[in-house]
Amino acid sequence: MEALEIARWQFGITTVYHFFFVPITIGLSFLVAGLQTAWFRTQDEKYLRLTKFFGKLFLINFAMGIVTGIVQEFQFGMNWSDYSRFVGDIFGAPLAIEGLLAFFLESTFLGLWIFGWEKLRPGVHLATIWIAAIGTVLSAYFILAANSFMQNPVGFTFNETLNRAELTDFWAVMTNPVVLVTFPHQITACFLVGGGFVAGVALWRLVRRSDDGHADTWRTAMRLGAVTLVISGLGVAITGDMQSKVMMDVQPMKMAAAEGLYEDEQPASFSILTVGTPDGKHELWSIKVPHLLSYLANGDFDSEVRGINSLQAEYEAKYGEGVKYSPNIPVTYWAFRWMIALGMAAAAAGAWLLWVTRKGRTLTHRRWAWLGVALPFLPLFGNSFGWIFTEMGRQPWLVFGMLPTAAGVSPGVSAGTVLTSLIGFTALYGVLAVIEVKLLLAYINKGLPDEAAPRHPDDVDDDTPLAFAY
Amino acid sequence: MELTTVWFILIAVLWVGYLTLEGFDFGVGMLMAVMGRSETERRVLLNTIGPVWDGNEVWLIVAGGATFAAFPEWYATLFSGFYLPLFAILVALIVRAVGFEYRHKREGAAWKKGWDRAIMVGSFLPAFVWGVALSNIVRGVPIDADKEFVGTLLDLLNPYALLGGLVTLSVFLVHGAMFVSLKTVGDIRTRANALAVKAGLGAALLAVVFIFWTGMDQDQTAVWVLGALAALALVGGLLAAVAQRDGWAFTGTFLAIALVTVMLFTGLFPDVMPSSLDPAWNLTVENASSTDYTLTIMTWVAGLFTPIVLGYQAWSYWVFRKRIGTHHIPTETLAAS
Repeated sequence: MEALEIARWQFGITTVYHFFFVPITIGLSFLVAGLQTAWFRTQDEKYLRLTKFFGKLFLINFAMGIVTGIVQEFQFGMNWSDYSRFVGDIFGAPLAIEGLLAFFLESTFLGLWIFGWEKLRPGVHLATIWIAAIGTVLSAYFILAANSFMQNPVGFTFNETLNRAELTDFWAVMTNPVVLVTFPHQITACFLVGGGFVAGVALWRLVRRSDDGHADTWRTAMRLGAVTLVISGLGVAITGDMQSKVMMDVQPMKMAAAEGLYEDEQPASFSILTVGTPDGKHELWSIKVPHLLSYLANGDFDSEVRGINSLQAEYEAKYGEGVKYSPNIPVTYWAFRWMIALGMAAAAAGAWLLWVTRKGRTLTHRRWAWLGVALPFLPLFGNSFGWIFTEMGRQPWLVFGMLPTAAGVSPGVSAGTVLTSLIGFTALYGVLAVIEVKLLLAYINKGLPDEAAPRHPDDVDDDTPLAFAY
Repeated sequence: MELTTVWFILIAVLWVGYLTLEGFDFGVGMLMAVMGRSETERRVLLNTIGPVWDGNEVWLIVAGGATFAAFPEWYATLFSGFYLPLFAILVALIVRAVGFEYRHKREGAAWKKGWDRAIMVGSFLPAFVWGVALSNIVRGVPIDADKEFVGTLLDLLNPYALLGGLVTLSVFLVHGAMFVSLKTVGDIRTRANALAVKAGLGAALLAVVFIFWTGMDQDQTAVWVLGALAALALVGGLLAAVAQRDGWAFTGTFLAIALVTVMLFTGLFPDVMPSSLDPAWNLTVENASSTDYTLTIMTWVAGLFTPIVLGYQAWSYWVFRKRIGTHHIPTETLAAS
């Protein structure tokens, strides 16, 4: 394998891995902040217990999110130095701003939240988790704006002497039509993960540990998770629909790849399942919904959707011949479907949970434990597939229409060097995944903490033990 | 002042922030090996940096991001050229941070011991490698006409850079001991103070040789002056430690690290990464920078938000200003969040 292939695998592996922790962090930070707010207002102990319980799970995840995030920032320069030279003038700014505005906020205020239980007054302490949560969302916006430039470059000019893209309109980059739809889609998808996580864990506790004396508390948590699932599921669907229309405008090839549509079609149907020849070029059997792709792409059930072959011809005329301008079709086709299916399944499970727990009803039968296990993973893997689709669907471009992926890799870094770090990161990430999952399970198994309300900082004298310590 | 100069200074400031702050939490991490005689003592050490280490590390992330944004060519050449050292730093920072967060989350001697090792190695390694990397940037490395690093790992392991690595390692260790001495009470404070003085002599010796070498290499008055001030600050800090003045002692190492960093960046300017092959191939603030438009926007953002960041980080240090001792460590580790 060449350095290019290895660098791509490394980016794929480290990014998908990093993105297990990001949506959990964003979704859970708000849910934990919400639970703490409920405790602050009602002083009902069950909300304090839930705040602390999910707060712990949140922090176990957050630690992994930070450390895998540093790798992401370094990786652009290490493996993709020509890309960095090409886009640094544009891409670097949102990255730097993300650090200055968001990462400082998250890290400092989470530190205050974790260690500040009896050092800050309750209202101030509550504010720290909200500020950290807001930091996570700010961070998402800037990094998505940077990514959106790669999908749909705007607000720049090409400098031929220096062979690089140069920023001419920062506002255009920050209001790229792609980021405007991707941001709400991503944030609602993060809430889908947060909701799935809370609902799943609570459901599992409810049916498998029904004797822990907290059935009512777990039911509350499960319904909170379920409501989050339903609302964010609706949000994900609506914003996803908006996103596909923008994609049709700026990356029609990605849309064609999502459907595996080779010839122009009017009206275009959406296939739910396709069995094709091994090379993916000929269809043997499929289940289709007529007109649906036309609607997804253009908002009109009878419109035309362009196929891969005619787009290939157009791009050859525009960017030069001899290049395959379509991405890997089986990957994009299936990633697109799994993203939708998993997300919808999570939202449907949320709706079902609300229904079976309506008017004081609850779930008790152990046979539902599997759903508790599945619920966090459905939207989490849905997120992974969404990103695999969006990034693989951009290929063969690194920056759409401007910089091919092969032109972005570091020219001076040998395949052996990249392979060393690929193996190193993959092995390390594998070990850490096992440790983190074991730790999460241990804490879920342990259940709600036996928590007395934290003391007011004025009542804590200098010699009492810390409320929280490493 | 040219915007490229402004950004060169800002990146130097970010490195000052990173090295002075994470410097002491590296130091505390290293001290786990020598100072933590019991589980409770090791926990006292960890809890001195518990609420702040993550915020400290963000200074590095912002320094990296700012370099990418303001000097893309510098970022590209540096990160692809120093590939394996940076990979080592990343692995170290990962296991160290996970160690901080996971160590206390389960009981069991093997579990804790494993993470103690991760924290120690994860602190020793970057404390050394950052010194090697920064010294090499200032000294110059093989860079060709296309701004590509064309050297090998061995080029980075030259005597000057290795000395630089030993300086950051030893000074961070002393800085960490000063911090522990400032933030704790009881026996552990006394030992941290004694260790800071003892190790401080060695660190000061290494630092003075390094400063002298840098001065000879760079041959600028400003470098000599800054180097002399750094040495004074370090010696002043040590004297304060001898006099049991913890606050002044920590201020001394803090200033010494800041001044050495400023000295290195002063020696570097107007280059950002000189080439050891041909001065014509040096990366400079001019040929490595972004456009004025990008720098202008970044300047506004930095001007507006840096004071806010400094404000709340300072507040966070204020909230956790009290000294801690073994009696502050709760026995039931898993009860608290």
